[in-house]
Amino acid sequence: MSEGGGMSAPRPTSASGEGPTSPRSRVAIVAWLFQALLLLALVAAIAWMVSNTLAHLRERGIHAGFDFLWQPAGFEIGESWLSYESSQPFWRAFVVGLANTVRVAVPGIVLATLLGTLIGLARLSHNLLLRALSTAYVELLRNVPLLVQLLMWYFALTELLPASSDALQLAPGVFLSKSGLSFPWWEAGAFEWPVASEITISGGASVTPEFLAVLLGLATYTAAFVAETVRAGVQSVSSGQVHAALSMGLTPRQSLRYIVMPQALRVIVPSMTNQYLNLTKNSSLAVAIGYPDLVSVANTALNQTGRAFECIAVIMAVYLLLSLLTSALMNRYNARVALRGGG
Amino acid sequence: MSSAPVVARRSAIKWTRDEFFSSPANTLLTLLVAAALAWALPKLANWALLHAVFNADAQACRAIEHAGACWGVIAEKLRAILFGRYPYALQWRPGVGLLLLAAMSFVSAVPRMWSRWLALLWIIGLLLFVALMRGGVAGLEIVPSSRWGGLPLTLLLSLFSLGVAFPLGVLLALGRRSPWPVVRSVCITYIELIRGVPLISVLFMASFMLPLLLPQGWQLDVLLRVLVGITLFSAAYLAEVVRGGLQAVPVGQLLAARAMGLRAWQVQRYIVLPQALRSVVPALMNTFIGNFKDSSLVVIVSLYELTGALTLALGGDPTWRPFYLEGYLFIAFVYWAFCFAMSRYSRWIERRLVSQPTPDRQPA
Repeated sequence: MSEGGGMSAPRPTSASGEGPTSPRSRVAIVAWLFQALLLLALVAAIAWMVSNTLAHLRERGIHAGFDFLWQPAGFEIGESWLSYESSQPFWRAFVVGLANTVRVAVPGIVLATLLGTLIGLARLSHNLLLRALSTAYVELLRNVPLLVQLLMWYFALTELLPASSDALQLAPGVFLSKSGLSFPWWEAGAFEWPVASEITISGGASVTPEFLAVLLGLATYTAAFVAETVRAGVQSVSSGQVHAALSMGLTPRQSLRYIVMPQALRVIVPSMTNQYLNLTKNSSLAVAIGYPDLVSVANTALNQTGRAFECIAVIMAVYLLLSLLTSALMNRYNARVALRGGG
Repeated sequence: MSSAPVVARRSAIKWTRDEFFSSPANTLLTLLVAAALAWALPKLANWALLHAVFNADAQACRAIEHAGACWGVIAEKLRAILFGRYPYALQWRPGVGLLLLAAMSFVSAVPRMWSRWLALLWIIGLLLFVALMRGGVAGLEIVPSSRWGGLPLTLLLSLFSLGVAFPLGVLLALGRRSPWPVVRSVCITYIELIRGVPLISVLFMASFMLPLLLPQGWQLDVLLRVLVGITLFSAAYLAEVVRGGLQAVPVGQLLAARAMGLRAWQVQRYIVLPQALRSVVPALMNTFIGNFKDSSLVVIVSLYELTGALTLALGGDPTWRPFYLEGYLFIAFVYWAFCFAMSRYSRWIERRLVSQPTPDRQPA
């Protein structure tokens, strides 16, 4: 077992050394030998792959390195928060892409949380109609790939809506058409209202159908998972607690606020963190419908410069950072909730 | 908060009152939802059924101007959607392959059939499936993997990646709990790294970087590279699921097994893993479903599974392009049927595993 069982044999620490008959030193030597071999094999494998890559690059005459980040990008980005021109360097393009990712992920998280919480609570409702409807929502949306849903949203928003010349008016000053959604926006100390003319809509602020498709697709899809999280959280609080609270004279609203929610949140928060991270990572599917998020910008840069490793490394590094940041933030919140619940 | 002491049998009237009209707020809710349904359902029925065109008649479809669904697009493009760019005359081969997979799935779903032989059956079945798709044996014409597509490709990607990712995930999960620091840190780094990045970046890596990492002259085709990518990705997620199960096994069991003279690997193999895997069946099934849905992403690196096949079938055809929505709804339904069946099955199997006493828990 010294060689074959290596990986699959994490022995219980307390059992390996303390038994009077166990040959502790022999086990320790085998363990360190195995680990040294593993490390050696890993280093060798990585060195082998690096040397292969360098050989390929030499042969194709491709120059490697991150210096291209300071060269002019030379491609346009369809929409952005920050100002950007094609003459600006690649790093700026990546920053613009990242800003676009954040621009869609943050409202997506807010929408998914609101919608998901409502649906999750509806699944626990007394009302059969509401329960059936919310169950149908969850079972429908989470069992169809997000990519298919995004493509559907995009098709519906760009092909089935009227042209901007006869846009749908959803509310005063809110217009929806093939060219996107226009809405009033605070500018220079006053609300600027979009105005519909015979030809197009001007004024106010607007978002593109690409943005809308990614936002709505991500929010409605993630809401199904959020709903399940909320439902599981509330159900994790035993019903005895509610009955006890009611019999002590708390109103149903008070028992929800002071008894159920503080305990449910402890179950909900960690799993909600996962959903938020998933939504952020899933926003990378924007590349499929041409919303210029980080992945889509990096993909363009990759095709233009041929620097596959560098561009993919940028994507991975940024997402790793976002993941770590989100989980750090949520862990702090989680600690607070747990503390308050315990005290 | 549902009331716990429910009356065993309620009369129909009482049931109606409890469910719909128990309070003024509930009554209002019922009326609102009912009104919304009364408004939406007839519209939906009109569009999907009453005004829909069911035969492959593009002119009729155009004439109704989206007032009804054009299901004719599916009648017209069914084979292109299901089999992608697979040569038309040879499409009976993936068809037979699908039937084979369906038969094997039905056999495997029956708990009484679970044995070592089933694993062997799957290995033989999958090899047969690949042989059917690829050809080159028994006088079958060779079809290169670049022409494979549609539903068979979706299933092939999910099944093969899971088949390899599952043992890999178990190893990673065991490694993550290993007392050996090098093994542990390698596993943790791998798992956290993969789980921190989106699948697309892993697919890009597999598609663009893998050829560079291997020596010149080693040609891996796109399908194989993408399979490697999905497998490495799923393994990290499966590892976390399995770890959850491993943590649920009480330490006392390990100590007892060790005290009885079992070797470390025997403890894992016969005591820990069976209990750990059993306790995470629902989570495992969720990962399988996620893996199945994720297979749609390979369209981004130019493999034409179900989603990609639809794009191929409709994207380049101006006659049928306006009816993309119906096409999307069709493949959405196919995905949904698979995923829903898997999740229902997982619930059933979970109940069964819980209700049955396990042999190793029986007192000696």
